Amino acid sequence: MPLRRFFFLLLFLPACFTNKQNQGEKLYAEHCASCHGDQGQGLAQLIPPLAGADYLKEHRDYLPCLIRQGQTGPITVNGIQYNQVMPGHAELSPAKLTNLLNYIENHFGNHATPRTIAEVDEQLRACPQ
Amino acid sequence: MRLLPLLLLAASLLTACADDKPQRLPILGEREVVPRPDGGPADTIFATAPAFRLTNQHGQILTNKSFAGQAYITDFFFATCPGICPKMQGELLKVYQKYKQEPRLAFLSHTIDPDHDSLAVLREYSRRLGVADAQQWHFATTSKDTVFALAKAYFTAAMPDQEAPGGFAHNGTFALVDDQGHIRGLYDSLNKTEVERLLKELPILLAEMKERKP
Repeated sequence: MPLRRFFFLLLFLPACFTNKQNQGEKLYAEHCASCHGDQGQGLAQLIPPLAGADYLKEHRDYLPCLIRQGQTGPITVNGIQYNQVMPGHAELSPAKLTNLLNYIENHFGNHATPRTIAEVDEQLRACPQ
Repeated sequence: MRLLPLLLLAASLLTACADDKPQRLPILGEREVVPRPDGGPADTIFATAPAFRLTNQHGQILTNKSFAGQAYITDFFFATCPGICPKMQGELLKVYQKYKQEPRLAFLSHTIDPDHDSLAVLREYSRRLGVADAQQWHFATTSKDTVFALAKAYFTAAMPDQEAPGGFAHNGTFALVDDQGHIRGLYDSLNKTEVERLLKELPILLAEMKERKP
């Protein structure tokens, strides 16, 4: 009998994992897509793309801070200068930032080594004050 | 015997085809029925877009007369808007790219942050959107009170809000105004099917305008 209960409980586990796996995508849709586009394509010379963006690779360690604190002033992505305000998202936890960045860095044609929460936690501690 | 309902159905479809009354978009807003002094059938007066006087990114004055013979799509944005504007202007850009050769259609984007969005800022914004040379797409400014009243008249909500991203709360409505100043369609630019509806309805309006002025 306990064995059956074990298998029964096991049924619910994948649901939890699936949910977490989609967290990055959901966060992207909620916080990023209206500016950066459904496909990370950006908008003309107003909003930089995330798809194939050299900035992501070159500033990998800084990205958690950038999302947390936002971005103002000129920024160059793939050789084009952009100058819009990106609002910060101070409310995003290290775990959420990790899922969000893993989604961005491995979608839209991007490829990067997946981040861990510990890694992101450390990068957040180094954010400029 | 079973064939009869089918035949009837086919017949009804045929009459539908034969009825080639041109499709018309509705006229939105309040209407007023005015009795005629001579006792004849009353006239229906349809609401029109409000009178306006704006300045576009090139420093030109825009009034209702500037759009004579043209329909226009209008929306409300601001240059530093981090919320829905990029999505909204990106959708309008798609419509513009499809219709930029059509002289009977103009685009009118009002800034709701005139304190920040000077003519230089509006010019820079249009350049970055890739429509710097556009004579058809106006990025226009006026006083704050006027623009909020205009937004209301075009059925768009826009107001200052400290809580909203960028300091203004607004929605992404596109209003389609015909060559007679009537609002003929409202579309939520954040909804893909609504933008598709706009693209489907634009030719209907242009056809109607052609009938008026062949």
